[in-house]
Amino acid sequence: MLFTSMPFVIFLAATLFLYYIIPKKAQWGFLLAASYVFYAIADLRYLLFIMTTTVTVWYVALRVEKINLEQKEYIKAHKAELSKEEKTAYKNRGKRRRWHWLLLGLLFNLGILSVTKYTNFVISNLNSLFHGAVTMQPVDMIVPLGISFYTFQSLGYLIDVYRGKQEAQHNPLKFALFVSFFPQLAQGPISRYNQLAPTLLAEHSFEVKTFSYGLMRILWGYFKKVVIADRIITGVTTLIGDAKYTGAYVFCAMFFYAFELYCDFTGGIDITIGIAETMGIRVTENFNLPYFSKNIKEYWNRWHITMGTWFTDYIFYPISVCGPMLKLSKWSRTHLPKAIGKRVTVYLSCFAVWLATGIWHGAAWNFVAWGLTNYVVIMVSQELEPLYARFHARFGWKGKTAYEGFQILRTVVLMSAIRMFDCYRDVPLTFRMMGSMFTSFRLSTFWDGSLLQIGLSASDYAVLLAGFAVVLGVSVIKLKSGSVRDRIYEKPAFLFYQLMAVLLVAILVLGAYGVGYDSSQFIYTQF
Amino acid sequence: MEELIEILTDLHPDVDFTTTEGLVDDRILDSLDIVSLISEIDDRFDVAIPAEEIIPENFNSAKAIYDLIRRLEDE
Repeated sequence: MLFTSMPFVIFLAATLFLYYIIPKKAQWGFLLAASYVFYAIADLRYLLFIMTTTVTVWYVALRVEKINLEQKEYIKAHKAELSKEEKTAYKNRGKRRRWHWLLLGLLFNLGILSVTKYTNFVISNLNSLFHGAVTMQPVDMIVPLGISFYTFQSLGYLIDVYRGKQEAQHNPLKFALFVSFFPQLAQGPISRYNQLAPTLLAEHSFEVKTFSYGLMRILWGYFKKVVIADRIITGVTTLIGDAKYTGAYVFCAMFFYAFELYCDFTGGIDITIGIAETMGIRVTENFNLPYFSKNIKEYWNRWHITMGTWFTDYIFYPISVCGPMLKLSKWSRTHLPKAIGKRVTVYLSCFAVWLATGIWHGAAWNFVAWGLTNYVVIMVSQELEPLYARFHARFGWKGKTAYEGFQILRTVVLMSAIRMFDCYRDVPLTFRMMGSMFTSFRLSTFWDGSLLQIGLSASDYAVLLAGFAVVLGVSVIKLKSGSVRDRIYEKPAFLFYQLMAVLLVAILVLGAYGVGYDSSQFIYTQF
Repeated sequence: MEELIEILTDLHPDVDFTTTEGLVDDRILDSLDIVSLISEIDDRFDVAIPAEEIIPENFNSAKAIYDLIRRLEDE
């Protein structure tokens, strides 16, 4: 049941209506039931997977917490008779037991994720490796909707309980709702328990302002998805589907895809956050105007924020500060030149994170190449920082509007170029197509009507251009004044509702419907 | 404390770490800086800062970092 399908709109309307008329105490339980219905409609078998993750993580978290509490109580009760060494030894024993449980929870659930998502990737690589000497058939594997998102969200909770930062949730049904809350099931954000659970489990009364804000956000998300992303996708599919589209076509594909992905993913998240908001529930923001970033590092702090912070907190930091890494750091400082020795562990940890990020996005070498290209660009930028500092000291351009504009444009071009690894069939083809931009770029492609032969008509371009202007305009207002909705709401009330009506009409009239229209799946749902 | 300020200044020579607060909240220190800092602290103070202690409150000022080091030394 896609967010953009009519059955979903009916499901959502019914859920919202019932949510507010049932007793408030029953709201969270009702949301759990609605979430499981949503998931079961997608595929009944998915329920088995999400329930398995829910039950195992819930149980392991309880065990970990129990060991922690027993340990604290024991030390408190025997404070006087235990020496410092005995306390440390006792603590370490407890830590080891907690670690074993944590490891069990992590391996079991990452095992499910790996088997469902990566089995066929491994099979195809083994087949290539043995050059047909041994051929294994691909397995017809079920990949539950949003498995990467709910697995990471659950494991984040488990690690927080292990670290003593989070109390375990003793009610399995309440924990089940945290894992399966339907608006964010398909494509995130990857929420933290301490942020989502309190608002998810609270009782909510109907408030006109919150509800209107939520509806506005939903409409804004639909606008980006069905008016822009679902329209431009035709052109993108044509351009990347045939290797004859080289040179200037690749240039177009690069920016069209970047625009499509932006509208598709941020639109989907707007719908998610908006739905939650109509129920009075606050879901963590996942974007902060990423295409206004001045460098790629900043871009990654503003794009898919919840994934980035998840990887930083649960992979980057633990790898960077683990015993062997600190030993390596000590060794490299004494045996390598100072400038390099200091950075060895950072280089290695970042490499691991970007490799994991690439693999998380999909079972294909394209995504590995995409992740590692990001890694290389970030590391090179990091190394060039002293050079930039000297440059700015010499020319004084830092902070100047024109220079900042150049930095933003540079980030847009760079990120769009790196995203090409997502588009094309495989890595060699991506490189060939990138190369063709320099070897067979035909400028006349832009005006000789060629771009009208790729599945997009003149009216499509007009809608896309208008859509781009609206998205850019709204982004600039947000950049300058924070909340666009606050700004509109300050005006006479009818303006807010008029704009909602305009958005609704735009979605209905300009949405990429038509004969045989089938709204495309959100791109990030497949991750 | 002086040694810690020295390490921090080495990371960002343009920042006055004796007075600046909000080092993480204001993105003066990013995750790469924090990892470099932890390696230096391990090297010079012989204190290993575990991942669970890497939270903004522990790294928002030189004083907060120093307090963290002292606390971990005592444990």
